[in-house]
Amino acid sequence: MQGREGLNWPLQPAPGGRLLRDSPGGEHPGHDHAAHAHPAAVRAPRPHDPAALISARAVALARGGRPILTDIDIDIAPGEIVTVIGPNGAGKTMLVRALLGLEPIDGGEVRRPKGLVIGYAPQRFDVDRAIPLTVARFVALGQPGASPGEIASVLGDVGAGKLVERQLSELSGGELQRVVLARALARRPGLLVLDEPSRGVDYAGEAELYALIGRLRTERGFGVLLVSHDLHIVMAQSDRVICLNRHVCCSGVPQLVAQHPEYARLFGPQAARVLGVYQHQHDHRHDLAGAPRPPAGEARPAGETPPAGETPPAGGESGS
Amino acid sequence: MPDPYLLRALLFGLGLAVVAAPLGCFVVWRRMAYYGEAISQAALIGVALGLALSLDLTAGVLIVTLAVSGLLLLLGRQQVVPFDSLLGLIAHAALAGGVVAASLVSGRQPDLIGFLFGDILAISSTDLYWIFLGGAVALAALIAIWRPLLSLSVHEDLAAAEGTATERVKLVFVMVLALVVAIAIKIVGALLTIAFLIMPAAAARPLARTPEAMAVISAALGMLAVACGLFMSATLDTPAGASIVLVLAALFALSILPSVIRRGR
Repeated sequence: MQGREGLNWPLQPAPGGRLLRDSPGGEHPGHDHAAHAHPAAVRAPRPHDPAALISARAVALARGGRPILTDIDIDIAPGEIVTVIGPNGAGKTMLVRALLGLEPIDGGEVRRPKGLVIGYAPQRFDVDRAIPLTVARFVALGQPGASPGEIASVLGDVGAGKLVERQLSELSGGELQRVVLARALARRPGLLVLDEPSRGVDYAGEAELYALIGRLRTERGFGVLLVSHDLHIVMAQSDRVICLNRHVCCSGVPQLVAQHPEYARLFGPQAARVLGVYQHQHDHRHDLAGAPRPPAGEARPAGETPPAGETPPAGGESGS
Repeated sequence: MPDPYLLRALLFGLGLAVVAAPLGCFVVWRRMAYYGEAISQAALIGVALGLALSLDLTAGVLIVTLAVSGLLLLLGRQQVVPFDSLLGLIAHAALAGGVVAASLVSGRQPDLIGFLFGDILAISSTDLYWIFLGGAVALAALIAIWRPLLSLSVHEDLAAAEGTATERVKLVFVMVLALVVAIAIKIVGALLTIAFLIMPAAAARPLARTPEAMAVISAALGMLAVACGLFMSATLDTPAGASIVLVLAALFALSILPSVIRRGR
């Protein structure tokens, strides 16, 4: 199934001729003959963006003879929040690992400026109970020069101010996520890379988390690369969304990606829900800034029907 | 304590306890007990090598522990055989190789039991140089890589993404481990060396809240065990290395007991 999706999707021109790939490959004069057969193959090789925090060109990665990522171009600019979304098995985590240099790539090139400070929060963080470690010490491991005051303050920023002297092994999943984020932030990063930062965080905490990332981005001007399969909240905070399923299916500002047919096909039945949510958010745009919204998955008493058009279809939460 | 050999054994043991403690913590944290086992069992080949070439035995052992560390680094790159099976394979192949090699060495027949279980009578003043100079080098190297090694032991990918030179740090660590194992063989023997590394660290774990505290506490426990084990050996005429390891096991049991009882409730 994945192979069919991955290989046979022709890239469709975006509505209005924008969005999608950053480079309009089909327009390259020397390759017109192939433009309809395999658009990815004709994409003009663009030079790396020298201003980008990470600039990847034509990245390919295969494991055990199976292609996992093909022909990935990504640029992340300073101050930009880029979110990678895609179904399970789309290669999101592999992409992040390749961009960070944690996985050897089989083709293409990833460039990062020398001296770029990266703050990273990996998807899985299994605490090793064999190592006695306080939260403060764990954060300091990422930033050896950090004073106790700075560490306490960054832990306060992520809502983990009370955990400073706790042992890492005693934390809950949600607490641990915050502490790992605090370590990434304590490094005063130029680029923050967060692989599914909301795992183990409840819904309210999740909205808060993304709001925090958005706020700190504005304050400090770092770039952010986010990975998520959890669509709507993330999209509200993102400047650009990259829809990944082993290759870049589409990318652009969240509103346009959400309406894109590639996106709808990628997420199947879920897409309707997200579009619904998106529409919902669009309807209430004035209320969005700061005002607390009720959780989308909030249970309603039986018999009380939500007003049509305002709530995503029930059951969407558990269907993923 | 009039016997000079006992005094040398005590000095050697105390020095080793100090060096082995922080190293043993990393062996525990990085789950490398079987790795240490494999290279210490290979030490017997080094003994045979030293005898055959008339080298200092610790130097012969060091050559072999370093060589086996390199071999394991290479073999770790293949993914067909799991690494723990590989360690078991190397450990026992090396032990068998060492026994056969020792039996083939002409001339002075080595005291096999002594090398397998340690022999404090064999500790010379040269060995004291090994533990104090070699130990100082090992300790200095470990302190130099302490923070990055700790960081990558907590989470290797995170450390690598933050710019830690993980491969270089791990290489220094396995070399330090090879050095300390080669020195430790003399007193506790090829079969008990790894116990001397992991037991003080394991016993210190429940008592520590920071990595450094765990290293210091395990050094104290190791020194206590050396003193008690040698006293036991001198008074009851028991083998010294095994006596030290028994004391360590008792210390571990005492230290872990409260956690076991707490869990049981």
